[in-house]
Amino acid sequence: MKVGVVDYEAGNLRSVETVLKHLGADYIISNNPDLLFKSDKIIFPGVGEASSAMSVLKRDSLDEFIKSYALSGKLILGICLGCHIILDKSEEGNTGCLSLIPGNVVSFKKEAGLKIPQIGWNNVSSEKDHFLFKGIPRDSSFYFVHSYYPEVEDVYSIGKTDYGTVFSSAVAKDNISAVQFHPEKSGRHGIKLIDNFLKEDN
Amino acid sequence: MLKKRVIVCLDVRDGKTTKGIKFKGNIDIGDPVEMAEKYYIEGVDELVFYDITASSEKRGIMLDVVEKVAEKIFIPFSVGGGIASVKDMRSVLLAGAEKISVNSQAVKNPSIIEEGASAYGRQCIVLGMDALYDEVMPSRYRIVINGGRTPTDLDALEWALQAEKLGAGEIVLNSIDADGTKDGYNINLTKMISESLSIPVVASGGAGSPEHLKDVFTKGKADAALIASMVHFSEYSLKEIKDYLNAEKVPVRLDW
Repeated sequence: MKVGVVDYEAGNLRSVETVLKHLGADYIISNNPDLLFKSDKIIFPGVGEASSAMSVLKRDSLDEFIKSYALSGKLILGICLGCHIILDKSEEGNTGCLSLIPGNVVSFKKEAGLKIPQIGWNNVSSEKDHFLFKGIPRDSSFYFVHSYYPEVEDVYSIGKTDYGTVFSSAVAKDNISAVQFHPEKSGRHGIKLIDNFLKEDN
Repeated sequence: MLKKRVIVCLDVRDGKTTKGIKFKGNIDIGDPVEMAEKYYIEGVDELVFYDITASSEKRGIMLDVVEKVAEKIFIPFSVGGGIASVKDMRSVLLAGAEKISVNSQAVKNPSIIEEGASAYGRQCIVLGMDALYDEVMPSRYRIVINGGRTPTDLDALEWALQAEKLGAGEIVLNSIDADGTKDGYNINLTKMISESLSIPVVASGGAGSPEHLKDVFTKGKADAALIASMVHFSEYSLKEIKDYLNAEKVPVRLDW
């Protein structure tokens, strides 16, 4: 089983790679659609700004690649910005995204006492029996860093988090799943989540 | 709900963790990679490394430390000390750190905050600031640089607001008055800065007991608190600190 990591110059590639190494995974990191297509599942990571991320994806034809990979039925895991890019559109830079899961990305509302970005550990209340959270207790803590969050219908939400508002911190539809938090920086629960993704049959 | 973070700070000199002891100067207290791993296992939420290496030719040692730490711990950590350009930031991030902390260099050249934020995102850029009580200043605190040795004309609150505007994602606020006293954080300073900013504020300087952390989280409105000698010299374990905070109804991460 080979996992491909989509390299589109967004941050956190290295930390994702470190966890894959730690788990003994067979992986490639690439921006080459042909190479990535040969992998059995892909991780779509990301830290950064939505509109510049989309321009890099388009420049390297990775937007079309991810769409066709999604159609192939093989598993995709989006992380942070990767979780935004798979939805319809993002308020950040008013960016049109890949529309793999219906939903939008919206910004936290500035209100008294609420710090933006949300930085730190928060609970994820995994709502359904999704494979990503297998063996991870409900309400476990994960590490978040973000100013924008996914807004999806409940049917696509597999985990929720409370930060001023209750939002979907994990989303899924068919072979596509994505998390707003950083499993690669969330200690043992995060490592377990990535391991669950690697072990899940396509 | 979002937890209050307990962050352990390691000063690194020539590849060794060091700690300043009053009247004795700095003593080496261990290997930063081993210490990072130990604190990770014991439940620290985040780590901060400050490179206090004096000579620039030994800077490469710090990057080795960062690379090794990145392979051992799966929680966020930031690196500061001697970062003067976007190029310096890049090498630290490529070595595996999540965030870069700038302090004196940002005072000398504020645009480094802006350049760093636009290159790597504001979540990567931490502004470290050292504040000293001075009643002539508008906020009663003056920014000092170069490890607290050089006073500037900057007012602490104005500088914090400017840094937020320039694109800092977080502020580590060190009270020079409280630093090293173990009498507790500077609550007034922390509260003033934290309530005036919309980005998270990490309190630093003065921690001597778990009660001090409770006070800075509740009265000081800090989003995170930095500790060092409390745990470096095994006076308290992270578990003791977090159990205390939890019992005092401060939300902390207990499921590491």
